Amino acid sequence: MSRSSVAGMIELEGLTKRYGEKVAVNNLSFTVRPGIVTGFLGPNGAGKSTTMRMILGLDHPTAGDVRIDGKHYQQLKDPLTYIGALLEAKAWHGGRTAYNHLLCLAQSNGIPSGRVRDVLETVGLTAVAKKKTKGFSMGMGQRLGIAAALLGDPRILMFDEPVNGLDPEGIHWIRTLMKSLAAQGRTVFVSSHLMSEMALTAEHLVVIGQGRLLADTSMADFIARNSRSYVRVRSPQRERLLDVLHQAGIVAVESGDGVLEVDGGKAEQIGELAAQHRITLHELSPQQASLEEAFMQLTAESVEYHAHSDTSATGPEPARQQWGDGWKRG
Amino acid sequence: MSSPQSQTPQAAPAWQAAPGSAPYAGSPGYTSPIPIVRTHLGNAIASEWTKIRSVRSTMWTLGVFVLLVVGIGLLTGIVVSSSSSDLSGENALSLGFFGLLLGSMCVITLGVLTTASEYGTGMIRTTMVACPSRGRVLAAKAIVFFLVAFVVTLVAASLVAFLHVAMLDGNGAKAPSGGEWLKGTVGISLYIALLGLLSLLVGSIIRHSAGAITIMIGAVLAPLVIALFMFSESLQGVRDALFEYSIPSQLSVFYANSLNTASQSGPSGWDPLWIILGVTAAAFAGAFALLEKRDV
Repeated sequence: MSRSSVAGMIELEGLTKRYGEKVAVNNLSFTVRPGIVTGFLGPNGAGKSTTMRMILGLDHPTAGDVRIDGKHYQQLKDPLTYIGALLEAKAWHGGRTAYNHLLCLAQSNGIPSGRVRDVLETVGLTAVAKKKTKGFSMGMGQRLGIAAALLGDPRILMFDEPVNGLDPEGIHWIRTLMKSLAAQGRTVFVSSHLMSEMALTAEHLVVIGQGRLLADTSMADFIARNSRSYVRVRSPQRERLLDVLHQAGIVAVESGDGVLEVDGGKAEQIGELAAQHRITLHELSPQQASLEEAFMQLTAESVEYHAHSDTSATGPEPARQQWGDGWKRG
Repeated sequence: MSSPQSQTPQAAPAWQAAPGSAPYAGSPGYTSPIPIVRTHLGNAIASEWTKIRSVRSTMWTLGVFVLLVVGIGLLTGIVVSSSSSDLSGENALSLGFFGLLLGSMCVITLGVLTTASEYGTGMIRTTMVACPSRGRVLAAKAIVFFLVAFVVTLVAASLVAFLHVAMLDGNGAKAPSGGEWLKGTVGISLYIALLGLLSLLVGSIIRHSAGAITIMIGAVLAPLVIALFMFSESLQGVRDALFEYSIPSQLSVFYANSLNTASQSGPSGWDPLWIILGVTAAAFAGAFALLEKRDV
């Protein structure tokens, strides 16, 4: 362990993966820390799964480095006790029973076989432990994958799109599980293409688009910057209202169809001003731009940036500086 | 906000505050009560043993194998002993050849499935995540499969050999010598198990069950079939080589009744075993190199 690595950290340094001409992951550097749920967000095809496969040593990086607890994955002798991963649904032989599937994984890492029963209990599959897995529903398959991830009681857990194809009950279960794992001091790294899902579970966010890092920020920060709140105002006496607001030092922007938008949560103030000046209002409603919109704008820019990157051979810095400015232009 | 890179998550838990000052030293993190062990090849072998015994395809292929070897062995034994045919000095073990030739298809299939089916199901990624040492995975698979194939073949071939010797006592069969016994049981079982191991390695290289099985069955049958169509005199040499070194012909060497009785060239004695050992070793090196190089 060369650097000040701490138990439960995933460190990426300039991680790059090229498939021929196509760059799937481009110079990615960030660190995933213990004790919180870190969301790994990006549209489909952004390179999330490729990144996770490189973390697990399945794919060889074209350039760069990724370490777990300061070590390369290949150096781990009993990796399941370091990091548990749910990579894709049903990555196993359907003819094997759930118990035997977990048993062969436990044996390869020298994990006591009693753990198999424990994790089956944890994910609620005890009743079907001796059933062949090919009969499993999507939700049961996801639970078996999570059981495999928990088998070695690892400090790091990594889930690739865990809520995909799950029913509401299953989604709720996974959210609760991830939060409780993080609360125990573990590192939880979870990918998703849904901002709304991440807003509910993650405390920290890593956003990528086109294989590039777009944001590495706390969720609170992301929300504060991106969930722009404003007030929608409609009035038949629009010109008078604009004058009144202007005198009160409130900036209103016309947004078509005779609608005025005022930044910030000033609904009460505007209502009182209108009443004082006997202006009729047809609408006075506080609005909040959705995080989903903010996320889409952020990743859309990565596509824009990518299209120009051929002519200006710059590093990833410009993309990073752009981030967060998006909604202002929109 | 200068840069979104700044690592001061506002919602960080209390213990994570104060970055910079001895960062995370003695952080609580999470410590598992499970004892940490240094794993070795034995762990991978235990894992592969669980895998091979817990799928039905193993039971099917080995079941059909035993059925073919013993069934065909019994049939030929009955036919020969009930007819007035005279073995004229041949030993009775040689009748086991037909069952094992057909049975080898089952061993080939099981060998391929041991590796290639993991690619079909996606299990290979789970396997490699659990054991990142790819050479260890391949070695464990090879050892477990080889032992299973060898033991099953040895039991079936020995059973048939004893039956034949007992049944054909009165047909002029020569009592097999110790060396012939060894070749007809242990020798042929080693050869079949190595043929299966070669299939396992081809499965790992091709990563596709049907493709690898086709290649292996082609490798067994094609040389004989191609040789059959070489009528031209000028191809005599090639034709003989194809005959002599075809896998069925090499199998028959273990019974000292080479298919090409005309010529005295070609492999004899224990040669087939050394040949397949060399081919399998080369295939192992190739499979290992590809496994290390390719993404899973």
